[in-house]
Amino acid sequence: MLLSPTLDSIIDNRRRRARRRSLVIGVLAVLLVAMFALTLLLGQSFTPPEDVIRVLLGEQVAGASFTVGQLRLPRAVLSILAGLSFGLGGVAFQIMLRNPLASPDIIGISSGASAAAVFAIVVLSLKGPLVSVIAVAAGLGVALLVYALSFRNGVAGMRLILVGIGVSAMLDSFIAYVLSRAPAWTLQEAMRWLTGSVNGAQLSDALPLVLAVVAFGGLLASRARDLDALKLGDDTAAALGVGVVRTRVMVIVAAVGMIASATAVAGPIAFVAFLSGPIAARIMENNGSLLIPSALIGAMLVLAGDYCGQFLLPSRYPVGVVTGALGAPYLIFLIVRANRTANSP
Amino acid sequence: MTAGRTEASARAPVPERSRRARGLSLAALVAILAALCALSVAIGTRAIPWADIVAALENQVLGGQVDNIGQAAVAVRIPRTLLALLAGAALGLAGAIMQGVTRNPLADPGILGVNMGASLAVAVGIAWFDISSAHAYIVAAILGAGVSAVFVYVIGSLGRGGATPLKLALAGAATSVAFSSLVIAVVLPRADIAGGVRSWQIGGVGGATFDRIFHVLPFLAAGFAIGLLSARRLNSLALGDELAAGLGERVAMARAVAALGAVLLCGATTAICGPIGFLGLVVPHLGRLLVGVDHRWLLPFSALGGACLLLAADIVGRIIARPAELDVGIVTAFVGAPVFIWMVRRQRVHEL
Repeated sequence: MLLSPTLDSIIDNRRRRARRRSLVIGVLAVLLVAMFALTLLLGQSFTPPEDVIRVLLGEQVAGASFTVGQLRLPRAVLSILAGLSFGLGGVAFQIMLRNPLASPDIIGISSGASAAAVFAIVVLSLKGPLVSVIAVAAGLGVALLVYALSFRNGVAGMRLILVGIGVSAMLDSFIAYVLSRAPAWTLQEAMRWLTGSVNGAQLSDALPLVLAVVAFGGLLASRARDLDALKLGDDTAAALGVGVVRTRVMVIVAAVGMIASATAVAGPIAFVAFLSGPIAARIMENNGSLLIPSALIGAMLVLAGDYCGQFLLPSRYPVGVVTGALGAPYLIFLIVRANRTANSP
Repeated sequence: MTAGRTEASARAPVPERSRRARGLSLAALVAILAALCALSVAIGTRAIPWADIVAALENQVLGGQVDNIGQAAVAVRIPRTLLALLAGAALGLAGAIMQGVTRNPLADPGILGVNMGASLAVAVGIAWFDISSAHAYIVAAILGAGVSAVFVYVIGSLGRGGATPLKLALAGAATSVAFSSLVIAVVLPRADIAGGVRSWQIGGVGGATFDRIFHVLPFLAAGFAIGLLSARRLNSLALGDELAAGLGERVAMARAVAALGAVLLCGATTAICGPIGFLGLVVPHLGRLLVGVDHRWLLPFSALGGACLLLAADIVGRIIARPAELDVGIVTAFVGAPVFIWMVRRQRVHEL
């Protein structure tokens, strides 16, 4: 009797939070769909909705079949898939290492995948899914390397980030070197591997990415609860019954897999992995797992960034330049804030 | 207090080195430098017989006629060698000064974002303000280097504990990443300069001419003079701010002057070579192993060592990628990044 009012209020509170959570995720999803629709409808010219729908249903429509079916649709689909992957993989790392700076594009994993992809394509003349496989392997290798190099009586977050920065400096030089050896390399293609771009996207590229999103995303989602427990610290998580090492290994494999697959197709789109998590955290206000909102925000960032880069800016930029310019000030802001609140991550 | 020294030197007091030992290593370094200069003229992507090399050198001095392609190639290598020499010395010295000023073993013009800042300033100047004279490039680069040095230092020293090595390195690396994506954003729409996007990201000494070197020479000379003359002040600063003030040093002034020297050196170098990283990190540490922590010796050694290392890196870059060549910035990244990682591992991490 004495407890019941409190209990009621707790239950009530939980319901309210759960409702709010699904509401926010719903809004994000609707926004994403709306942006997807917009990018299909409106490019250099406007295509009427009924034409777009007919193209999506597989009909041949004069004019629209090419612009929508060949240009806009593959681009939008690829943007969304890559964004989902970057958002998910990035936030998984940030949660696991308890540091917003520990995102794969800062600690060198994206650079590793990109370097491997460039090497596979330029030097080994490979194509398609094999490139993704190599990129994933290289991403895992770099993750392992950075972890091993920063291990010294345990891994301190700050050291891991700086070691990662050193490793990515080398990998970036390697990318520049391979690109410089490839004579028939246009600027646009080079930009893909330097900052990320979805130019010239093809629907066939999307297939390995779909598989990666389903497989690795599924793996990550199955670990969502344990991952959230890791936020409390390794010891607390272990006390709560989480297999810390096992969770960590699975999360790393899944997150690196997603990041690397996306990188193999679209290049290391700058700062999407880094930005999605903190934006999601700001929106969700500490209300449940960040995985899904962060994935949605990643997709929106890439989609919107690519659209801006194509149509809204005075000249055409690849998406990575737009997200890079967006992410850079935020990165600096984050460091300022992290320094000010001395002991925070 | 000991942040400016490596852990090793803090543990075991560096034995006072005799003047003779230092003089000997100085002579050895000069000899190595001379040998590297000769190699740099003689070796390249194209194999050239000795006779042509000698003839080309004579032409250079006496102003004769260039007879064949071999001699022409050597004629290109001479300014290139000179530029590598100057740039290496400038970056090595700048690194040593920055490590002294910030008392931070991880300081380096590349890691602290100073080179990228200079690069960004030149890119902005070309794309938006239509600057085109060599002088304007250099001034823009120096301004950019100065602004980004201050910016990174302020960001890195916010919060508890002031500018710790790791915070400063992190702030610099982040700023570097940010600037490099801004450089792409600025340069890309300009088709006329975008072809060289890579040259904005990775430094090299390939396109050297005597003309360009002459433009940058006064700035470099000023930088060298200020840098080398602040050796004694840097020695006082190494004792810690309070002690330095107690010895009658005007701490803020000493810092500002020495930093100005470093900024001049980095800015001028970046204006003609593009951002070359990690050189300023590695060289002073090697110098400390050789001559100890006294800046009066360390600074000239860092300059000489930087010149040696950059020349060596440039030669290696020309050899291993035949028939193409590797920008020297790529080689220094591969030499320097492992050293950086090694040093990060040695740092005790208090922050987390």
